[in-house]
Amino acid sequence: MNAQVNWIGYKTIVRKEVMRILRIWAQTVVPPAITMTLYFIIFGNLIGRRIGDMGGFDYMQFIVPGLIMMSVITSSYGNMVSSFFGAKFGRHIEELLISPLPNWVILAGYVTGALARGMMVGSVVMVISLFFARVEVQHPFIMVSVLLLTSIVFAMAGMVNAIFANKFDDIAIVPTFILTPLTYLGGVFYSISLLPEFWQKVSAFNPILYMVNGFRYGILGVSDVPIGWAYAIIIFFGVVLASLCLYLLHRGIGMRA
Amino acid sequence: MFRYNTGCTHAGPTINMHALEVNNLKKTYANGVEALKGISLNIEEGDFFAFLGPNGAGKSTLIGIISSLVNSSSGEVKIFGTSVQKQRSVAMSYIGLVPQELNFNQFEKPLEIIVNQAGYYGIDRNTALQRAEKYLKQLQLWDKRDVVSRALSGGMKRRLMIARAMVNEPRLLILDEPTAGVDIEIRRTMWKFIREINESGTTVLLTTHYLEEAEELCRNIAIIDHGVIIKNTDMKTLLGSLDIETFVLDITEPLSVTPQIEGMEFHLRDQYTLEASLPKQKSLNTLFSSLDEAGIRVRSMRNKSNRLEELFLRMVDKGATQ
Repeated sequence: MNAQVNWIGYKTIVRKEVMRILRIWAQTVVPPAITMTLYFIIFGNLIGRRIGDMGGFDYMQFIVPGLIMMSVITSSYGNMVSSFFGAKFGRHIEELLISPLPNWVILAGYVTGALARGMMVGSVVMVISLFFARVEVQHPFIMVSVLLLTSIVFAMAGMVNAIFANKFDDIAIVPTFILTPLTYLGGVFYSISLLPEFWQKVSAFNPILYMVNGFRYGILGVSDVPIGWAYAIIIFFGVVLASLCLYLLHRGIGMRA
Repeated sequence: MFRYNTGCTHAGPTINMHALEVNNLKKTYANGVEALKGISLNIEEGDFFAFLGPNGAGKSTLIGIISSLVNSSSGEVKIFGTSVQKQRSVAMSYIGLVPQELNFNQFEKPLEIIVNQAGYYGIDRNTALQRAEKYLKQLQLWDKRDVVSRALSGGMKRRLMIARAMVNEPRLLILDEPTAGVDIEIRRTMWKFIREINESGTTVLLTTHYLEEAEELCRNIAIIDHGVIIKNTDMKTLLGSLDIETFVLDITEPLSVTPQIEGMEFHLRDQYTLEASLPKQKSLNTLFSSLDEAGIRVRSMRNKSNRLEELFLRMVDKGATQ
């Protein structure tokens, strides 16, 4: 019976989250589609033609995986942080806190909601990319698994941000000052083999580099990092963030007085 | 093996069980404020219990701990024998909470809010829709089910929170000032609804600032002040302990001097309004005959405050001066 309660509770959270994403589709799905279209036109088409090949592919093809991954990362993170902080700010998180649902169900429900938005946006960007480049997926399982795992990792990172946030400014700081720079420096637009050796070593500490390259390997079959390392890094961050989220929910940090 | 209560059956232990047991509960907030100083309280199953106290006395802290929104510093709370601290999920399946502050998503519609809440208690969608219809109709909100809830009036929002709290058909319904800011007509509709809920077997814990509400509805009462329970008894005994009652008299002829009558106290509010305080053992006939002898004619009379209010103020004032 408890499993059934948890399952219905989980489905309810997911349904609520998906309805929210669809209700405000103009804020959730359209902006990344427009942004990524501009990236394809400006970086891929106009500037990319002068750059030539990169990693054995024309520049437009090379940036497709990175741009999809970038939109999935920002959408998953953004969905969790805005939805969970919004619930905290509006106090309707209390509906869940006083319910019998265990914390792992709450976490799973919100993560699935963020995953849904990540996949919706990723699919839209993938479709847009088909207008600009020929994409032949080399390793479908790797492509899908890296994308899903990365989306989950950033959803949980968004929850940590939302738990500690006290005001709306606090949910903008991490995406602006940490997430965006790490994504841009994570090999979305270039292969790190172009960097001087020192900066290649520095880049190796950026976890997003492994995610972008893991995904690029799934689509194009090329990567700056070993694919095993990509999985190891993603799973490591997944386990750490899941443990942290559950600990914070258990302690009620920022939610229970 | 404990089972959650989803309202379909009242599963779990029921025999000789308090609906609520609070044992030596203490709460000190991070800023050092000691909100609860070791309170103990029992509420029997089926009771309609009033929990009163002035602002900042510790009422909301206690309700927060019962509903697991506030962590206790020490002590224990049991709901139908299940510890909130040790088996939170099971304990929470027994309660429905109507908080003091609005805490639903104002961008969602009433029907969505209630059906979602049911889902958090493991109630399947069809049952949830049936219950949502039942409670929204009972609380006269059915025609507003698809209106964005921020567009509802204050009274409607309060009723929506009651409907939401009822969707899991809780065994213990906690109402934290449910009628605050609601007009008298809607307040009486809400009283009727809550009374029917209690008559159907649900234990009700009510906090309110309207003492008339507590006197009208509740059978037992606890009064808290400065984090300590200063009275815990049944309503009849408490009201029976009121030894002096004060009446406001509207008089026909103007008075300039306060009358002096043995065994009674008078206070002249204005020249046409006299307040008379008399001990419980003195009858109203004695008051009227004494006034008659003094040549004072009374046009109308009313209680200065309701009996519970009078007692409450005395107890709380006493606590403040100690």
